[in-house]
Amino acid sequence: MSSPRSWRHYPQRYRYEAAVCTKCGKVHFPPRLICDACKGREFTTKTMARTGKILTHTIVRVGPSNFADQSPFAVAVVEMDDGPRITCQVADWNQGQLTIGQKVRLEFRKIYDEGASGIINYGYKAVPI
Amino acid sequence: MRDVAIIGVGMKKCGELWEKSLRDLYVESALDAIDDAGVDHIDSMYVGCMSGGLFAGQEHIGALMADYLGQTPVPATRVESACASGGAALRAGFLEVASGMSDIVLVGGVEKMTDVSGDEATYALATASDQEWEAFNGITFPGLYAMMAVAHMHKYGTTSEMLASVAVKNHANGSKNPLAQFPMKITVEDVLSSVMVADPLHILDCSPITDGGAALILCPADQAKKLAKKAGVKILGCGMASDTIAYHSRGDLTTLGAVVKAAGLAYKMSGKGPKEIQVCEVHDCFTIAEIIVSEDLGFFEKGKGGAAVKGGETAIGGKIPINTSGGLKSKGHPVGATGVAQAVEIVKQLRGECGDRQVKGARVGMTQNMGGTGASAVVHIMEVM
Ligand SMILES: [Zn+2]
Repeated sequence: MSSPRSWRHYPQRYRYEAAVCTKCGKVHFPPRLICDACKGREFTTKTMARTGKILTHTIVRVGPSNFADQSPFAVAVVEMDDGPRITCQVADWNQGQLTIGQKVRLEFRKIYDEGASGIINYGYKAVPI
Repeated sequence: MRDVAIIGVGMKKCGELWEKSLRDLYVESALDAIDDAGVDHIDSMYVGCMSGGLFAGQEHIGALMADYLGQTPVPATRVESACASGGAALRAGFLEVASGMSDIVLVGGVEKMTDVSGDEATYALATASDQEWEAFNGITFPGLYAMMAVAHMHKYGTTSEMLASVAVKNHANGSKNPLAQFPMKITVEDVLSSVMVADPLHILDCSPITDGGAALILCPADQAKKLAKKAGVKILGCGMASDTIAYHSRGDLTTLGAVVKAAGLAYKMSGKGPKEIQVCEVHDCFTIAEIIVSEDLGFFEKGKGGAAVKGGETAIGGKIPINTSGGLKSKGHPVGATGVAQAVEIVKQLRGECGDRQVKGARVGMTQNMGGTGASAVVHIMEVM
């Protein structure tokens, strides 16, 4: 991944910055230029609450090459308490916690690194609470 | 708009075809379709191809295929909608004939997937998901469909045996299709004891990596008799729809909204309903996909698709035979060709050419092709003339 491509996503991956539609209030994560609910084009920035719940989940046994050293790992669709949905890994879970409805909090973690001269990509993972 | 008919089909056996290149795969199926129709020229052509760039280091595939098919200077357009590229190419060809712009149009699809390593193929396929907000976090395509399966199982009580029943049925059908990549029969036990890829999907719940091509010749329906050697198959309905690129943004995680929408458009245009469809090819990239799609096309009540396949309702001889070709699962899934290959099977069924896997008396059929986790969906309804 190029440095600019990585850098463009710091506000979301590092700071959970969402865009709130001025017209209808829908919270978009990541931000967009037009609201898919009301077609509004004005937004304010909001730091999204870091808590949410698991809507569905899986354990990836055969990961992409960048994630080979992490396999197997758990992934979930999480609905954030502010409304947006995300897909992310689930970390530090115990037996019985990878379930639909489980409450989670996003934590800042390393996602994958690209080797000796590549970028180390950071972002969020969900941890059961 | 003019009525449009398919008057020729072409397809060779799918597989890991070391001796064939991207252009070979397209040209051989296109030549078969031209011969099957018996036409002496084409006016325009389309190529459905998902990722010539990542799989073969080749873009500009429209002109490449026109050149190697000996058809320059006809207009040649490559169409890309991930795994729905073939279905989208068929829609583009349909529109070109229906509009009156061209009379004889070649619609082909192709993918050469085995010249790259498994890792590179996985990467290329993952580009059909949201690279920034899904794939970045490590999720794979089997993983995304696995999450769909978990949600469907939780909401409707769908079981792993029901998922496995899709693979068992499709391999049984594929064993009767000489073009199938994996024509061996399998059992529910084989599926459940195969290696887990992404819980609850086993490797035998997943479609394979495939080299393949498929092609169709389209013309105005009122010229079909004059131009063609065999019975024409009229395209009665054509529907396409889009949905959020990321699976997580769907309101209902157990329904493919674009499939519902595309099917609705095709049903409306054709004047037909689900009860009138006699044979259907659906996009079973994973077993859960066939179950969800069989509900979203209106064949079964929401949540009943799993029980229906387990009960034999989608087998040949059942209420609505699905994937008589073996589907993506057994026939193979050369991604850009798949939507066209589905139409090849339905045309053959409606012409009564399917031998041991023939659905007796079938006159109306359907194809359902989708890309990514259903962010693109294309549905066609056809009737033999
Ligand atoms: Zn809005």
